[in-house]
Amino acid sequence: MSRESTGTGSNGGGSSDPVSTHDSRLSTLDSLNAPRALSERVIAAVLFACGMVSIFTTLGIVVVLVKESAGFFSEVSLGQFLGDTQWTPLFTDKHFGIWPLLAGTLLTTAIAVAVALPLGLLAAIYLAEFAPERARKVLKPTLEVLAGIPTVVYGYFALVYITPLLQKFVPGLAGFNALGPGIVMGVMILPVIASLSEDAIYAVPASLREAAYALGAGRLRTVFRVVLPSAFSGIGAAVILGVSRAIGETMIVAIAAGQQARLTADPRSPIETMTAYIVQISLGDTPTGTLEYRTIFAVGLALFLLTLALNAVAFRLRRRVLKGGAL
Amino acid sequence: MSLRTSPIHDLAMRRAELAPERAFQAVGILAIVLPLLLLLWLFGGALVDAWPRLGWDFLTGFPSRKAEIAGILPALAGSAWLMALTALIAIPLGLGAALYLEEYARPSRLTALIELNIGTLAGVPSILYGLLGLEIFVRVVGMGRSVLAGACTLALLLLPMVIITSREALRTVPQSLREASFALGADRWQTLRRIVLPMCLPGVLTGVILSLARAIGETAPLITIGALTYVAFLPDSVHSAFTALPIQIFNWTSRPQAAFHVNAAAGIVVLIALMLLLNGAAIWLRARLQRRVYW
Repeated sequence: MSRESTGTGSNGGGSSDPVSTHDSRLSTLDSLNAPRALSERVIAAVLFACGMVSIFTTLGIVVVLVKESAGFFSEVSLGQFLGDTQWTPLFTDKHFGIWPLLAGTLLTTAIAVAVALPLGLLAAIYLAEFAPERARKVLKPTLEVLAGIPTVVYGYFALVYITPLLQKFVPGLAGFNALGPGIVMGVMILPVIASLSEDAIYAVPASLREAAYALGAGRLRTVFRVVLPSAFSGIGAAVILGVSRAIGETMIVAIAAGQQARLTADPRSPIETMTAYIVQISLGDTPTGTLEYRTIFAVGLALFLLTLALNAVAFRLRRRVLKGGAL
Repeated sequence: MSLRTSPIHDLAMRRAELAPERAFQAVGILAIVLPLLLLLWLFGGALVDAWPRLGWDFLTGFPSRKAEIAGILPALAGSAWLMALTALIAIPLGLGAALYLEEYARPSRLTALIELNIGTLAGVPSILYGLLGLEIFVRVVGMGRSVLAGACTLALLLLPMVIITSREALRTVPQSLREASFALGADRWQTLRRIVLPMCLPGVLTGVILSLARAIGETAPLITIGALTYVAFLPDSVHSAFTALPIQIFNWTSRPQAAFHVNAAAGIVVLIALMLLLNGAAIWLRARLQRRVYW
């Protein structure tokens, strides 16, 4: 069986490894099989259109958010949006300052990162540097389970189990608060931070560790003084992607954090995040085309720009790691 | 050279029998095990709470103002409609895009842009897909708040994942087989249809099922496009209004009465069971795929 496959492989114009040189772009036979018949061209066009759907999706998101936000900003000035400290579009005394929603988002995200960063980093160091190969193979996918749980389920846990539990230890903790959902969100983004950090730590060349050992450093010293600084870009990318995930997370905060947009840093009080506000308006019966309706697109645009910027930074950091630029 | 096989590493390991390092290892293991134990405890709690409600009546009942007799049949039917339609839309689009990128596209700025864009889309919060669906499918195309609009929205949400897994499946088909087919005079589409697609299909399906397992729990985009929270009928066409299992769970969770929270817990048990079922199907398919050898 395997001899046959090598035979066919070497016949195929210099493709010695049948799997890695599968790419038709590289095949010397490519030009021979360039589309000739009309049906071939139609098929190529249809497949190309499928590829373009993803581009149109992005364009669609941008156009929808910008168009509806333009309607919003024709009535509410950008100065008010970024300057006012109150968000009360549904009250008679209307204020359209994004800060309370942004503060709610940043507060829950900060709590989530405070939970996920230490745990995720410890898990990553253990998996990459200490765990036996077999344990690593089992533990890494098991940890991923945490990211696969539907967020509505996490929201239920935060509201019904975690908050009542926390109320026993934290005086003054409201039934809806930032702390409970923040902690649960931390559990949710833990695999993102752990898994990507582990990749970064694992990719640090063995020679660096060996050099540290040769200088008499112990393993812990090597990990903290040599390996972690070398993997810094990759770990940074992991954290930023975790933050981006937490900012865009919706159901946990919509269920358990409350619906009161307020500018506070107190994790015990009810707050509202940008995503939870969009849910709140979507559930209500706000007529389309009104200013109140358009607020969700303005908030959505802010959310889009925020996550896009974070993802772009993370992408650059990761590319630096892949190119070996971190060293 | 892998670090783990390095003799110098072994040497370092041997002199590493020190208390602080052992303590650090224990902390590392705790950092992994504790969150998992927390999750297990939460699920245990939900299962215990849900136990009295779990039964045939719950699965076949309609929602009600009385928590004790409320059921999830419309939610289950809605989720089934959604998943079937989402798969019908996402598979051809995702597989088509993957085929284009793997088999047809030549390196160009546009190809690079498409690839970069797929990565970007994977990072867009799911609720923004909901805003897209609300504006495009519900309003501009005029689908209304229907199960079709929901499926279109979810299909776009899944597209990056379906494309990425389909590309991986296409890459497992050896180039030598394509070349053999070309040598026999087949053109590119014949080769794809007769050789490449049949071989990569289990891999593609595995990816699609895993994506659906994720989609079945998606709540935010469906709320945004206007899925109903109280539905006392079953969807009878793609234009029907609908609810879905995660929406029903959300609805029950947001009620103050504890009796509805019990219903939410029961809904969660059913939802997780469905997800496990889908994941199990994917694992089974993958195992079959690995056993089958064509070349």
